[in-house]
Amino acid sequence: MNTNLPPLKLSGLEPLVLTKETNFINIGERTNVTGSRAFLRMIKEGRFEDALSVALEQVQGGAQIIDVNMDEGMIDGKAAMVQFLNLIASEPDISRVPIMIDSSKWEIIEAGLKCIQGKGIVNSISLKEGEANFIDQAKKIKRYGAAVIVMAFDEDGQADSYERRIEICERSYRVLVDKVNFPAQDIIFDPNIFPVATGMEEHNNNAVDFFRATKWIRTNLPGAHVSGGVSNVSFSFRGNDKVREAMHSVFLYYAIKEGMDMGIVNPTMIEIYDNIPKDLLEHVEDVILNRRQDATERLLEFAETVKGDATKKEVDLSWRNAPVQERLAHALIKGIVEFIDEDTEECRKLYPRPIQVIEGPLMDGMNVVGDLFGSGKMFLPQVVKSARVMKKAVAVLLPYIELEKAGTSSSAGKVLMATVKGDVHDIGKNIVGVVLGCNNYEVVDLGVMVPAEKIIEAAIKEKVDVIGLSGLITPSLDEMVHMAKEMQRAGLTIPLMIGGATTSKVHTAVKIEEHYTNGPTIHVLDASRSVTVVESLLGQRKEAFVAAVKDEYDTLRTHHEKHRSAKRLLSLETARKNKFEIAWNQEDLKTPSFLGNKTLLNYPLEKLVDYIDWTPFFQTWELHGKYPQILTDEVVGVEASKLFADAQQMLKQIVDEKWLEARAVVGLYPANSIGDDIEIYSDESRATLLNIQHALRQQTEKVAGAPSMSLADFIAPKETGLKDYIGGFVVTTGIGLDEKVAEFESEHDDYNSILLKALGDRLAEAFSEHLHEVVRTDFWAYTGQENLTNDDLIKEKYQGIRPAPGYPACPDHTEKTGLFQLLDATKVTGVTLTESLAMLPTSSVSGWYFAHPQSKYFGLGKITNEQVEDIARRKGKSFDEMSRWLGSVIH
Amino acid sequence: MDIREVLNKRILVLDGAMGTMIQRHTLTEEDFRKGWFENHLSPLKGNNDLLSLTRPDIIEEIHRLYYEAGADIAETNTFSGTTIAQADYGLETAVYDINFHSAQIARKVADEFTVKEPNKPRFVAGSIGPTNRTASISPDVNDPGYRAVTFDDLVVAYTQQVEALMDGGVDLLLVETVFDTLNAKAALYAIDEVFEKRGVKIPIMVSGTITDASGRTLTGQTAEAFLISISHLPLLSVGFNCALGASMMRPYLQVLAKNAPFAVSAHPNAGLPNEFGKYDETAEMMAAQIKEFLDENLINIIGGCCGTTPDHIRAIANLAKNYQPRQIDLNY
Repeated sequence: MNTNLPPLKLSGLEPLVLTKETNFINIGERTNVTGSRAFLRMIKEGRFEDALSVALEQVQGGAQIIDVNMDEGMIDGKAAMVQFLNLIASEPDISRVPIMIDSSKWEIIEAGLKCIQGKGIVNSISLKEGEANFIDQAKKIKRYGAAVIVMAFDEDGQADSYERRIEICERSYRVLVDKVNFPAQDIIFDPNIFPVATGMEEHNNNAVDFFRATKWIRTNLPGAHVSGGVSNVSFSFRGNDKVREAMHSVFLYYAIKEGMDMGIVNPTMIEIYDNIPKDLLEHVEDVILNRRQDATERLLEFAETVKGDATKKEVDLSWRNAPVQERLAHALIKGIVEFIDEDTEECRKLYPRPIQVIEGPLMDGMNVVGDLFGSGKMFLPQVVKSARVMKKAVAVLLPYIELEKAGTSSSAGKVLMATVKGDVHDIGKNIVGVVLGCNNYEVVDLGVMVPAEKIIEAAIKEKVDVIGLSGLITPSLDEMVHMAKEMQRAGLTIPLMIGGATTSKVHTAVKIEEHYTNGPTIHVLDASRSVTVVESLLGQRKEAFVAAVKDEYDTLRTHHEKHRSAKRLLSLETARKNKFEIAWNQEDLKTPSFLGNKTLLNYPLEKLVDYIDWTPFFQTWELHGKYPQILTDEVVGVEASKLFADAQQMLKQIVDEKWLEARAVVGLYPANSIGDDIEIYSDESRATLLNIQHALRQQTEKVAGAPSMSLADFIAPKETGLKDYIGGFVVTTGIGLDEKVAEFESEHDDYNSILLKALGDRLAEAFSEHLHEVVRTDFWAYTGQENLTNDDLIKEKYQGIRPAPGYPACPDHTEKTGLFQLLDATKVTGVTLTESLAMLPTSSVSGWYFAHPQSKYFGLGKITNEQVEDIARRKGKSFDEMSRWLGSVIH
Repeated sequence: MDIREVLNKRILVLDGAMGTMIQRHTLTEEDFRKGWFENHLSPLKGNNDLLSLTRPDIIEEIHRLYYEAGADIAETNTFSGTTIAQADYGLETAVYDINFHSAQIARKVADEFTVKEPNKPRFVAGSIGPTNRTASISPDVNDPGYRAVTFDDLVVAYTQQVEALMDGGVDLLLVETVFDTLNAKAALYAIDEVFEKRGVKIPIMVSGTITDASGRTLTGQTAEAFLISISHLPLLSVGFNCALGASMMRPYLQVLAKNAPFAVSAHPNAGLPNEFGKYDETAEMMAAQIKEFLDENLINIIGGCCGTTPDHIRAIANLAKNYQPRQIDLNY
């Protein structure tokens, strides 16, 4: 082989160079409408955000190239390709890898080539339509600067034998190299992977022919590479994943040996070659290598015996026969708690000191878990289960360790975690704690609503290496800024990590980092990143890492400032003139069936179950995808299903055993608007004012004709003389939750504790959804029978809205105070407000009801200081105070 | 003489800033209109490419000063000579004239010098700027899928510019200040098509811009990814210019020197702009930093970008002649 040829070099934002050492390049396949029904649906429905997260998962899961295919009759493939590639270009975490533009239509390929700045791969061209066409396309691909996959296909059809494969590949190669002057190293052949064991004799040699063709190409066509779609080979064993996984590994094992150096492989559908049971391996190799006449029959027969795939597997206890250290590792990796106490006890007796059980077998097992999670082969719910096993094992050993007074184990570092003052949300923080714990970090968890001085005091006393702050509501952003200032004042240099739903890299860079110059400040996107960040902060490359983050934040700040100054906001007066105009008439304004408050205590939980929106539940566990499709998702489906089964079981217990109590209060009142204020009256005489709701108004520049919305626009102005109404509500499903959580925590069971909190949150949202329906059809009765499915409800297909203070239409948390007073909510439901106006218990929802047919959800966007001054005046608060509450929406 | 032959023998020197030199003249609106755009509706002052038409004397003089200072290659005054960049002034129709005449002016001065000093032939590089739009990023943060310019728009615009530059007699094409590699790929696409149509090829130089200390282009590529993305044509050289001063550019030039099968070029700014947007680095300061490139044997072509003057180029040329060029195999 000609060794003087340069390697195949590809690029996204970063280079990908194929050398001998790269061995095998894994191409992500899930951004392909022909291969993934879920992805197709996203594209069809225009859910490009979701489609992007599929691409991101692929890259994070280890795909070194992503294949994008939009070939579907029902969509405009060219437009979809362009739109998706353009969006990918603005996601550096995705676009760092090269793109494979996959289409059977040349016009889609060419449109795609015009969107990528890096050097990608075209998949594919062939001699199918004749040589002239082939040359023409190859020339253009070269001019666009891409590599190419060539299918073993010519005018007479697809190559299905060894001879036809090499004949077509050689001819294609000669045309490309001699006539087009295409760089030989940029040619990748796909010599067709066909199924074996189909029952038809002519298919028996399909894999062997592929191997031989691969070897021939790599020997005789200098520079050229070989790729293919591996899952095809096991097509006839659909439904038996265990056999399919073994077939894929065996196929790859031999194909890579012969020189196949890239391919489309589903990482969840592959078993490690060495882990395939001997008997299965033999049967599979017989088929793949076509070693015996009756290989297919024998594998089919054998397959019946291994059909026990994940879903219907009987509990396999054979692992109980292994030595105890291996049993511990197995229990950790699989998250099995049943035997952990006895195994730990047994293991303790084998070691001179109990601490050595932790440092030895337990840590070894957790390291495997950490590695699998880090490389995307394990998902968060599994990791949390592993952590539960670990905690239980440690709990068994702890009394002996203390007895020995040998001190604690050597941890990799100490991380302080806290939810900041005024905030009570801790699911995310707890998950981060668990994940860090799994990676041998000691976590000092200060809990929720922790004031700055307490965090600083603990950080000094415990000599922690990193401080991690968490928060969910927007006022917490401000508290984090305060924390940064306090840390600076206290002279700390400990790295500061910022996380939680409303936090962002931009906010961290623009608002927090500048106040803490003594030490580094880093935003952490989710739990899975936390380990990498802490590792980098405590490792040898700390300085480089910190410098890189600093640079990145500097750039972000500059960009932010640029965008900020580029973005123009309307004056408050102009925005008000551009209000949302409703043609008011009394027929549209229905009188509620009662006025005043109605309290619901001990509301039947079983009524709420069907109203649960499950998609956010999976998001909590960092499993991304829409319910119910997520349950059959190729990558996370298995884990999502397990988690869902656990959730269903717990939900049943919550309902049957009345773990939680659901309470609500609803109030319906006469109301009219005056400008951006909504006056709420005690009765129909509209003479006594109970509360004024002060609404904010959009000020971002609008396209012609689009109004500048405010919630006040949905209530009939006083001057119309019309009788309009408004509603308010507070629901909670969190009564009793803390006690149950404490029970789990005392059993070292983070998994069930997090599961319960997540379900509590879902039930509260479900309650608010259900109650809204009751209000629409019964209490206020402004619509008749609705007949909406839960999916319709999730998609907000009903009339009227229920915006919540603190959320996009109404980011002003201080509105909660008036709402709670109006409903006397704390007294009747037990829900209280913290100083940051977070609701406690956390599984609570509050909001307003607007019933007008034209009312709709919107996001406020940014507002000017002028409006902040205005609303401060209307509320009788100081400008400074309102600036603090509205900090996150001020331009 | 073929520039490849010269490149194997010595380090070639590229000229310095055009804008900085134009600023030395006190020009009025009238200077940008004279004889060509007297009745044009919008103001034209600041559209420096027009001076090749309205004040060719100034441009000619600048080329002469740089060649005198020791430059081997002068860049035409055509950085904004595309319909896309000229659209801001409503002068799309002037694009052919700008490029053709700019090339002719530089050609004339180069030939004068080559006749005088036949053993130091002077070359003209047609400057092809990035335009003021980017094909890989949306200008609207709320709509990341949007593009203000497409690959096809860029190919049309670059084709016109390349045709006119070649008609005007340039020796080389310099696709420079590449902040978006997709824009550069469109330029290369246009160039390759024009070459095929004319049956003529001239050497191509490509020079990117690393915009910040993280070592990436504006559109996020690392130096090596940038190199890979533009290596599909047999370039004469690849390099970096603008944005950073010489010393900050060094690590990225190292990447190119290690991986590029082409010559490596650099034309840095005279340091970073100060708070008034001026460049403070003197010729001596800049030469001292460039000496490091030369000591490391990273470079085949060296010059200056924003803020540099004939003094800078003289200092660089005097330095460069003491060094051997980086070894390359340009036999493609």
